[in-house]
Amino acid sequence: MLRDTWLVFQRGLRLQLREPVWVIIGIVQPVLYLVLFGPLLERIAAAPGFVEGDAWLTFTPAMVVLLTMFGAGFAGFATLAEKREGVIENMRVTPASRAALLFGRVLTNVVALMVQAAILVLLAVVAFGMRPSWAGVALTFLLVALLGTVLSALSHALALVAPGEDTLASVLNGVSLPLLLLSGALLPMALAPTWLRTLSRLNPFAYVVDAARDLFAGDLASGDVVVGFAITLVLVVVATVVGTRTFQRVAA
Amino acid sequence: MLHVRDLRKTFRPPGRRGGRQVEAVRGVDCDVDAGEIVGFLGPNGAGKTTTLRMLTTALTPTSGQATVAGHDLLRDPLGVRRSIGSVPQGGTSNGNATVREELVLQARLHRFSRADAERRAAALMAQLDLDGLGDRRTKTLSGGQRRRLDIAMGLVHAPPLVFLDEPTTGLDPQSRANLWDHIRSLRAEHAATVFLTTHYLEEADALCDRILVIDDGRIVAEGTPDELKRRVAGDVVTLELRRPEDVERARAAVGSDPQIRDVLTERTTLRLTVEHGERSVLPLVRQLDGAGLDVLGFSVSRPTLDDVFLAVTGRSLRESDVVDERTPVSA
Repeated sequence: MLRDTWLVFQRGLRLQLREPVWVIIGIVQPVLYLVLFGPLLERIAAAPGFVEGDAWLTFTPAMVVLLTMFGAGFAGFATLAEKREGVIENMRVTPASRAALLFGRVLTNVVALMVQAAILVLLAVVAFGMRPSWAGVALTFLLVALLGTVLSALSHALALVAPGEDTLASVLNGVSLPLLLLSGALLPMALAPTWLRTLSRLNPFAYVVDAARDLFAGDLASGDVVVGFAITLVLVVVATVVGTRTFQRVAA
Repeated sequence: MLHVRDLRKTFRPPGRRGGRQVEAVRGVDCDVDAGEIVGFLGPNGAGKTTTLRMLTTALTPTSGQATVAGHDLLRDPLGVRRSIGSVPQGGTSNGNATVREELVLQARLHRFSRADAERRAAALMAQLDLDGLGDRRTKTLSGGQRRRLDIAMGLVHAPPLVFLDEPTTGLDPQSRANLWDHIRSLRAEHAATVFLTTHYLEEADALCDRILVIDDGRIVAEGTPDELKRRVAGDVVTLELRRPEDVERARAAVGSDPQIRDVLTERTTLRLTVEHGERSVLPLVRQLDGAGLDVLGFSVSRPTLDDVFLAVTGRSLRESDVVDERTPVSA
């Protein structure tokens, strides 16, 4: 299975490098947020919920999570295209492990995500003078790699059962926007009225955002960090089971 | 090589929960011996592709049993996958990947080492006239080249049994004839057994040792092309009349003629199956003339597979094909 995963991963990476424009397009949205929205936060960084009163330590990790949500979450479109080309069914008729067909794709997405996240963090450091804890950044990358695994696996599984681009796009857009707004990524949920804050506590991404902020600030073993990792790990198990079963069963 | 018993597939139509179930395949039985080229002939939506996808493990049967290249389809799908080549209708390769990349990956997924996979890819490119195209992205290939790549993908592991789903759909006549040669060479050079589906009569006639006529999810006739044609026996005289109501009168006028074995009517045409077409046609025209009916034209034809299809299903394959193109039925 490892060998098959590696083969599918290599293929995905090769195809990704052939069209690197997609890696760029994926990073445009968080970069725009960082450059055109981030500076608005500098004046209000004294408000509750901002990490150490620093706008960039608060906003950059949240944008890394946003990158993960949209980058890995929309990975299924590539699978949908390959489904249409017959690639998926062709691979399912080879002796390759079904799990490897999924994991190879997920691994490609996670590697692309790491590159994008590195660009984003370096941009915040160079252009806006962010001074994060580098150990915290490294742990954040681990956290978003796990979160990327969850979203990418679910996205590929959804693509296998979706009849077309329209369905996939409407499901992903319909789910991702409320999850983004309720995660506190744009502004800390500490500013929210009680009902909104309560609602956001139901959103797993809110915990990941909180964990990433603590990590960037150097608070590596805070309660939020532990909870963030714990929730993400549970989601990893669920998503890989759902994804693998879909690759096993679906008549794409 | 292939033994299929009462294979069935029932679908729930997508998007309509609780809707009526569609019986795509309603109990298919067939046996294929090693070295045969056998074809499934039937219109779009007859259940050909669904049957093939079940036999290649892409789709789980609702019920039934099959032994594919010595492996039980339900209990040993991995064994089936190792022993068959599958050339599906919709293609096999990513448009942005190159021909060589796709062939090498396919070989490696079939457990070849890198070096062996590359050798195998090179050999297949040579065999299937894909030489020099190894570094081309597959989306830049012509329809015929892409089809040959699909076939090469199905052959990387030299399987004893190869399934081809509508191998020449959408190809121009020249590419089609070229592909037929390649399909024949599967048996001649690779000693492979070939099971293909087609809705082209010429294709079934030109390629297949044996034909299974499938309609509405069931096999309705089976035999060599010659046997099937002999079954409809005799020539077909087609008479073109002026008005649809003339056809019924004409049918009555010639109905008692003992030479006529079968009568079929379609709008303003009367199709009569007779022993000797050339000898019967003039007396028939005179007879209708005597009954006061205008015969606008006539033709005499030797039986074709379309006549076979018409005889066993009551419909013309050419016509049902046209209807299906207007209202596509997915299968």
